[in-house]
Amino acid sequence: MQKAGFSMIKHYFCSGLAMLGMVSVVALAAETPASLITQYAQKAGVPVSALSPQRGAALYRTEHSGRDGQPVSCASCHTASPQQAGRTRVGKRIEPLAPLANPQRFTDAVKVEKWFRRNCMDVLQRECSAQEKGDFIAWLSQLK
Amino acid sequence: MNYLMRGIGVLATVGAVSLLAFSLPSGEARGDGGGDALPKLTHKNWQQECASCHLAYSPALLPKASWRRVMGGLDQHFGENASLDPVTQADILRFLETHAADSGNSAIGNKVMRRQGADKAPLRITETRWFVNKHDEVPRAAWSRKAVGSAANCAACHRKAEQGVFNEHDVRIPK
Repeated sequence: MQKAGFSMIKHYFCSGLAMLGMVSVVALAAETPASLITQYAQKAGVPVSALSPQRGAALYRTEHSGRDGQPVSCASCHTASPQQAGRTRVGKRIEPLAPLANPQRFTDAVKVEKWFRRNCMDVLQRECSAQEKGDFIAWLSQLK
Repeated sequence: MNYLMRGIGVLATVGAVSLLAFSLPSGEARGDGGGDALPKLTHKNWQQECASCHLAYSPALLPKASWRRVMGGLDQHFGENASLDPVTQADILRFLETHAADSGNSAIGNKVMRRQGADKAPLRITETRWFVNKHDEVPRAAWSRKAVGSAANCAACHRKAEQGVFNEHDVRIPK
């Protein structure tokens, strides 16, 4: 009886652990550019097909007046070609943005959100919309 | 037999003492012993977050009050938005304060503080008297060369800066 009780506890404990494990796997699950595109489309309330790589490219290249009045765009640091490595303002290497050149890109939703938040504020002086983010990744992930 | 046991005892004691002497708490290890050696530190968020844009500058080069100013203004970090989630931000600040120049736990920090008025909280390491004095032989024009960019780019001249080595022998100022 005691043994049965123990094995039941053990059973619950183990399945609890397994569930915890699954939850953390989900939390840590690597995103892919495609899954992020889908999420941003959903957030924007549009079908994935409504996202536009052309708009994404324009977002990347369009120059805005930065904080110090100098023209600034994504390309200022990431260079004209997102397949190339860029440089931060203090000269540190930035790995390429395009997933084909750098498979680690767009695989971590928290990191992606952090950098959209910072860089949209720097370049556009505002946050980017879910649709803009979707467009942006849609463009980058089709670059060969 | 008795001597053997005693020998083992002595060896074990020596081993334990030297282990203690060479291992320091919280991921520290002795630098190369020079007076200006930076304490070798490890801290995941400091290394990951700060070093995504620039070298993870040593906390020992600025006092606590400076680090509080820096970490309190990350949304306008020298002209860039470097904002962090509050948990990561607090974690990094705690680390910076623990090892700051005025924390009293590094020789280089003490040097920085001796040259700096205790009430001063510069935002830039390059504004400390210690830094200015250390670099007084560097020609002014060198700082703005394209390969250097700015004085914030330690690794432009200190070729082993990423490994925490700022030894003068490893300095090469780009032309």
